[in-house]
Amino acid sequence: MKAVKKFFKTFFLWELLLGLKLTGRYFFVRKITLQYPEEKTPTSPRFRGLHALRRYPNGEERCIACKLCEAVCPALAITIEAEPREDGSRRTTLYEIDLFKCIYCGFCEESCPVDSIVETGLADYHFEKRGENIMTKQKLLAIGDRYEPEIAAARREDKEYR
Amino acid sequence: MDKFNIEIDGKTIEADPGSMLIEAADNNGIHIPRFCYHKKLSVAANCRMCLVEVEKAPKPLPACATPVTAGMIVRTRSKKALEAQRAVMEFLLINHPLDCPICDQGGECELQDVAMGYGKDLSRYTEGKRTVKDKNIGPLISTEMTRCIQCTRCVRFGEEVAGFREMGGMNRGEHLEIGTYLDHNLQSEVSGNIIDLCPVGALTSKPFRFKARAWELQQRPSIAPHDALGSNINVHLRRGEVMRVVPRDNESINETWLSDRDRFAYTGLNSDDRLMQPMIKRKGVWETVDWSLALEQAAIGLKEIINLEGADELAALASTQSTLEELYLLQKIMRCLGSPHVDHRVRQIDFSCQDAMPLFPGLYQSIEQIEHADQILILGSNIHHDMPLLALRIRKAQVHGAKVHAINPLPFTYHFDVQHDCVCDPQDMIILLMGIAAALNISLGVEASISDTAKAIATDLQSGKRVTILLGVLVEHHPQSSLIRHLAKLIADQCLGQVGLLTEGPNAAGAWLAGMVPHRQAAGKKANKMGQDAAQLCETPKKGYVLFNLEPLDIGQTNVMQTLKAAKFVIALTSFKQADLLDVADVILPIAPFTETVGTFVNLTGLWQSFTAVSKPFGEVRPGWKVLRVLGNLLELPGFDYEDAFAIRDELKAQVDAFTPDAPAPLPAITKPSAQEGLVRVGHWPIYRGDPLVRRAQPLQDSGLNGSVAAFVHPALAVRLKLTVGQHVIVQQSHAHIQLPLQVDERLPMNVVYIPAGYSETAILADYAAVILGAAT
Repeated sequence: MKAVKKFFKTFFLWELLLGLKLTGRYFFVRKITLQYPEEKTPTSPRFRGLHALRRYPNGEERCIACKLCEAVCPALAITIEAEPREDGSRRTTLYEIDLFKCIYCGFCEESCPVDSIVETGLADYHFEKRGENIMTKQKLLAIGDRYEPEIAAARREDKEYR
Repeated sequence: MDKFNIEIDGKTIEADPGSMLIEAADNNGIHIPRFCYHKKLSVAANCRMCLVEVEKAPKPLPACATPVTAGMIVRTRSKKALEAQRAVMEFLLINHPLDCPICDQGGECELQDVAMGYGKDLSRYTEGKRTVKDKNIGPLISTEMTRCIQCTRCVRFGEEVAGFREMGGMNRGEHLEIGTYLDHNLQSEVSGNIIDLCPVGALTSKPFRFKARAWELQQRPSIAPHDALGSNINVHLRRGEVMRVVPRDNESINETWLSDRDRFAYTGLNSDDRLMQPMIKRKGVWETVDWSLALEQAAIGLKEIINLEGADELAALASTQSTLEELYLLQKIMRCLGSPHVDHRVRQIDFSCQDAMPLFPGLYQSIEQIEHADQILILGSNIHHDMPLLALRIRKAQVHGAKVHAINPLPFTYHFDVQHDCVCDPQDMIILLMGIAAALNISLGVEASISDTAKAIATDLQSGKRVTILLGVLVEHHPQSSLIRHLAKLIADQCLGQVGLLTEGPNAAGAWLAGMVPHRQAAGKKANKMGQDAAQLCETPKKGYVLFNLEPLDIGQTNVMQTLKAAKFVIALTSFKQADLLDVADVILPIAPFTETVGTFVNLTGLWQSFTAVSKPFGEVRPGWKVLRVLGNLLELPGFDYEDAFAIRDELKAQVDAFTPDAPAPLPAITKPSAQEGLVRVGHWPIYRGDPLVRRAQPLQDSGLNGSVAAFVHPALAVRLKLTVGQHVIVQQSHAHIQLPLQVDERLPMNVVYIPAGYSETAILADYAAVILGAAT
């Protein structure tokens, strides 16, 4: 009896039809595939991606070189040098984050008293040459300038939990 | 009086009668928070942070102003005490800005620390905070007066320790501001100490401003290389770079203070002049080369001089800023090569008492003993500028009732009361001293007239029980310094007192011990072959010179530049490039300054203080002792196989311990001084011009304490010569003439022209030599 059953199943391609049934069902089901990079999954406002340095609306950089982020960084990825700017205010002359060292823990943005260093929602970036992993002050400020609306929106959204 | 027992926090402790509660607590490791109290300053009790509960007292009492009484029971952490402390903290924080992230004191701030323990998370204060305008008090200290909590430590430091009240409180109550009243640079030579004293970030170091955070710094101990006191310092580094210098407590030397020169001279370390690589001169053009070539050239040059001209044509001059090891190796090389011509006394003119010198020049008493002297006679020293911290000790003595007298060829300012401040020309100094000696019934063998001043000083000195006579650098440079030393010795002996020599540089005593003098070898043994002294070496040119840590303008002899230019071969071992040096030298070997080398300084009490390098040498720079050791090897001299610098020190130490020097020769006989004829130029190295490092410390140069480069004369003399203030005058000496602006100072003696040394403009002029002034056309 068993042998007969097997013979018919094999002869009528039963297993194949079962498989095609599943294929057929998914053919008509609503699709969840995203067309990355054109489409992306939504992220939390707390997502910790690429870093940025922010500015105040009047264009003044926020960072005051307090070096708390440098002190708190568990991976020692941040290097800061500071001196008085011409107007006597405290500013950095060098602000670097080594992305190879960074573990994206977000302590730097938590420690920042002026919300200057932030981790943006950017997750897709790559390096082609050695040395590109060092994010200089200039690069960080440029990222901040470009994504300020998104950064500000994310902070706003998360405001009541901070 | 006997000690008695008190109880603090349940612990029974012994306390001295008359001491304050906070002292007793500190001595027993019980911490009471405080801002205005400082162990070296008087009690102000104005911050109220140290409130503690004392049993049977109705209210909490300030621990800093409550004397201990027998059987007292104190609670520093009880509910009542903590409540009082919290309340005070809340008051203090009302007006203190919340700018810790941009404050240089952040991380090492007493207010921040105490606020962490006692502060509340939220302020109940909703009114506007007060703000105070910042004051500009010079290039050394930056102010942020809004942060001030009016503890008045800086005010009390000026009043009580520096003796020079510059900071003060203005207005009252909520409007109280600390400042200088009229904006001006601080003129105190120990002003940097108020940076350490300030418990908040109101007064911070200007050269260090925003450079680094306290938690980033590494601390390494070292010894300050600018005066013979040998102040103990801590050097703070970040990533191997010197960021600042702070005092290291040493009660017997610098207490808790530090002079500005020792504190800020580090700013010269990274000057643009810093030498990075060895250089040799080929056909008049400088080339940077590697060490092997440079050392080879140096060795060839030295051998050539010896082979062609003889060892007698070679001489070495060194500065007292060099370490004991360097000086020992340098004289060892020279003596092994057969040349006895080594000297470090490059600013001295009169060497006739060199055989009468003891093993090394010094104070011959402890620094603390100066505080207990009751009669102090200062001869030829701008004590506040030459040895700022020793001057603080003298001030302490004066405050305790000692009488201070001063005899100088130039007018100086004192921050203590001086009984007799005699400013007279170099010859009159001797006549005055002879008068004092005669008034003390000392037979001099020559006739001496006793002036009223001499009599008065003699009477005072005679009444003293602990008399100290301090001979400064102006006596050391004096053309008759032996005579002055002899007179000082006679006077001190008559009054059962002590003569102290205040030498220049951090290691003059070390130079004598290391044998860096022409008449004595290491450890003070008599030299086999007598060498020529620094004056003769500059007067009669030799063919080859080794200059160690010296720039031509550090040398106070006449004709230095001509002599060095005429020499066939000059090796300079130095840390900095300098125009005159580039002009005369043939090989320049870059050696490390004190932060990058290991060595020993012997201070003026004969204390050997060794220190290690705090950072790596800059570029291709090498420590001086290593360079000399390799040079010794290249010259194939025996006994140059040291493996570390301390082996050199130990070798010398063994020699010093094993050798008992003969009793010093008697001082040369006293002769009658001739009257001063015409005008005499008296020079003095201003406070921040004395050595190559400090000359490159820009903040110190900007502080204004150096005074201006000018010819200073008495106004009456200017009138007599028909010269006006500010006019350019020609200053003429036998061999040289320069142009300088004219300045007047009515405290100068009539026949003295003061022209500061230590500037390339004035380096050509001889010290204590006749001078003619004329109007420039």
